[in-house]
Amino acid sequence: MISLKVNGEKVRFDGDEDTPLLWVLRDHLGLTGTKFGCGIGQCGACTVHFNGRAQRSCMLPVAAAKDATVTTIEALSAGDHQLHPVQQAWLDIDVPQCGYCQAGQIMATADFLKRNPDPSDEDIDRDLSNLCRCGTYVRIREAVHHAARLARKESNDD
Amino acid sequence: MTRTLLQLSRRQFLVGGATMAGGFVVGLPLGLGADPTVGNGGTIGFFVEILGNGKVVIGSNQPEIGQGVRTALPMLVAEELDVAWEDVSVRPMPLGIVKTADGYTWKYGGQGVGGSTGLTNNWTYMREVGAMARHQLLRAAAEKFKVSLDDCSTSRGHVFCQSHKRAIPYAELAGAAAALDMPDEAPPLKAIADYRIVGKKQKTVDARDIVTGKATYGIDTQVEGMRYAVIARCPILNGRVRSFDDADARKVNGVLDVFKIDGPMPGEPYIILASGVAVVADSTWSAIKGRRALKIEWEPGPNADDSSTRFWQENEAALETNGQVVTDDGEFDNAMASADKIITHRYRVPFVSHAPLEPQNCFAHVTENHCRIIAPTQMPSGASRAANAVTGIPRENIEVEFTRVGGGFGRRLSNDYVAEAALISKQTGWPIKLQWTREDDMQHDFYRPGGLHELRAGVDADGNVTAWTQRLASASKHYRRPNKPDDGLWEPELYPDDFPRRIVENFRLEYFHNAIGLPRGSWRAPAHTANAFVIQSFIDEIAHETGQDPLQLRLAMFGEERELPYDGHGGPTFNPGRLTRLTKFVAKEINYDRKRPAGTGVGIAAHFTFGGYAAHAIEVTVDKNGELRIDRIVAAIDCGFAVHPQAVQAQLQGGTIDGLSTALGLEITVTDGRVDQSNFHDYPLMRIADVPVEFETHILPYDDIPTGVGEMGIPSAAPALTNAIFAATGRRIRDLPLGAQLKSM
Repeated sequence: MISLKVNGEKVRFDGDEDTPLLWVLRDHLGLTGTKFGCGIGQCGACTVHFNGRAQRSCMLPVAAAKDATVTTIEALSAGDHQLHPVQQAWLDIDVPQCGYCQAGQIMATADFLKRNPDPSDEDIDRDLSNLCRCGTYVRIREAVHHAARLARKESNDD
Repeated sequence: MTRTLLQLSRRQFLVGGATMAGGFVVGLPLGLGADPTVGNGGTIGFFVEILGNGKVVIGSNQPEIGQGVRTALPMLVAEELDVAWEDVSVRPMPLGIVKTADGYTWKYGGQGVGGSTGLTNNWTYMREVGAMARHQLLRAAAEKFKVSLDDCSTSRGHVFCQSHKRAIPYAELAGAAAALDMPDEAPPLKAIADYRIVGKKQKTVDARDIVTGKATYGIDTQVEGMRYAVIARCPILNGRVRSFDDADARKVNGVLDVFKIDGPMPGEPYIILASGVAVVADSTWSAIKGRRALKIEWEPGPNADDSSTRFWQENEAALETNGQVVTDDGEFDNAMASADKIITHRYRVPFVSHAPLEPQNCFAHVTENHCRIIAPTQMPSGASRAANAVTGIPRENIEVEFTRVGGGFGRRLSNDYVAEAALISKQTGWPIKLQWTREDDMQHDFYRPGGLHELRAGVDADGNVTAWTQRLASASKHYRRPNKPDDGLWEPELYPDDFPRRIVENFRLEYFHNAIGLPRGSWRAPAHTANAFVIQSFIDEIAHETGQDPLQLRLAMFGEERELPYDGHGGPTFNPGRLTRLTKFVAKEINYDRKRPAGTGVGIAAHFTFGGYAAHAIEVTVDKNGELRIDRIVAAIDCGFAVHPQAVQAQLQGGTIDGLSTALGLEITVTDGRVDQSNFHDYPLMRIADVPVEFETHILPYDDIPTGVGEMGIPSAAPALTNAIFAATGRRIRDLPLGAQLKSM
């Protein structure tokens, strides 16, 4: 039995301990916003926040998530009416095409901007490596800068 | 003057009315925050529902694969209906087919997206849907106030009655409007100049759900009592299951059942792709673990010795012989014999995989005489046929819902995964969700055909191209299809009316089909990806070898505006002058004539794809270690009229990246009858760091007829890149993908 905290709620998982966190989230908790893309940590569609840091969940056995705090795309924003600055930026710049990778892109970017609130293009290229098969990269880059501005404005307003 | 109903058939609309006569949605839930003083709302035809609060729900009948069709088509309806886009929400519709005396017909119009037709096939139809609903609302208002139709006009969800000086919300008229017979004449459509929604930036449908994780794809389907399935498919092309031992698999926690799936026999059309063993479990992970514990002995079959090495050697050898001449204009042999100079080069275009980011999956629940399918598919009618083929359940008893799709690229024109899911549900009686892993997807695809192209040109003393031939040895995608004769195998691989046919009068195309066990299918912009690469590369080579500037030769050959016949998809005509305009534009934007330092160069290419036109100018730098950097991309598209400009721009950006990603690093190879690649570590799609910051996309409007846009951005990207590499280094890339070729300079 593994206990962990997902999106602020304590959950228990009594299945096989080698089950990747991704499938616990999707099949057992019904949190399908986190996507399966490759299963080997290459594409990043399964990115969640794990103890506050972006982490690809498809290869992380749930046993390693014992007592961990996990946040998924469903709980990134404070509430339904207030989007996270990265989500807002993704909307403003109209980033998604098929949209399948975007939850992972947004989770990776939200963590990245915490560590680097004013990134250069080079920083973005170095840090963000999630795959987008539709090729939304031009708008992702633009949206990362826009999100950084929104986040700074938000923290100034506080 | 009367206009006939071009696409919105009277019957289609009346079927809607008839449906509503029984189940007419009057009195929509008033408790749902609706303003009860506004009206009762109502549903007009299949696509338009006016809610009591004045909001409008528009049905979307086409698969959304990231091309934006779920936004663009409802925009057309909203425009003609004359409502505010802010008041519109979009409801995905299921597959609608109706049994007739001699087969099946569409209930909601044709449904399916491929060949960049999602918008163009529905451009007239969806506008007529909106215009007809508006017309009925006007008629309802005229009857209510006993005035003539001319006395009534609309604006943003209201009918204005001039003589009574009153505005009536649509919601108050919708019930009466829905009950009216449809008129014999189609109401007039708006002029483009009057558009308020179409052709302008609009909020994308589903975008908020996507960024909050609420948008659902096929993979997200969860149904009460559902089990999970995976299949261990034979890794050997055309191999089969000989025997299997499932003792250990059945010991895995959660595994419920294990059984064999018969694949197609070699040579048979594919309903499913491969023979295998299905594992059904109570979770995805248990199914995957159960599959790992299987011990399967494979029957190797006829393709167990297939290898890419041999396939490419065979293509080389084939080009030394005579192939099937499929086009032969003018006096080709004489023109070639009298040419001042003959230039010949061979180009290799590899097999590639679609690799949509959402791996194949399908929900199926088969009961005695009913089947429910939920699938990410480009062809919901194909899903219906696939389920019918493996269950025998009549198609009118097969319900197909299609979800948002995590990438199409042509892969989901095939519904093999639907057939598999239906088979497993039929066998077990359970509602099941079949899940493919990434490895399954990369090793069992309908790959883009690989081919070796020989191009030869005869050039006169003034540098004019007087004779041209393209000779292609490839694995046609039309093999293993029913009713396809061998002498038609060339058809999906060479598009005879492509540039430079009729521009070079003495013109010959020759085809050689070569066998390999890899399944083949349509990969975004199918043969255009190969043919644009070889043709646009070869133009550059001719220019360099005859002392001409490649841009000037290209412009001279495209020439002025004129319509040339084009029999293939995208016709009936091709106007090479539209390529001239785009080519000049991108050349100017990238400052083509500027002197650049050694190691830096610009390449240009342009191509006509399925009715639309695009051009690329790309600047690259290659350093002394052979490291390539793409410095700048200028892409331009002429899609006639851009209905949904953000989507056009997105498709041009994404198509360019798809073309470059594929040209830079992607290839599927075969060793000992097995696909060598298995996941993104050895199939390295482009990442953000590979995409230049300087990346411009331009939409050049042409007329008021939209073309498709989903595939036009790809074909000219790769040759613009390799032409740029030549300009930078003097090294000609004739072999895709680029891989490490520049490292060996």
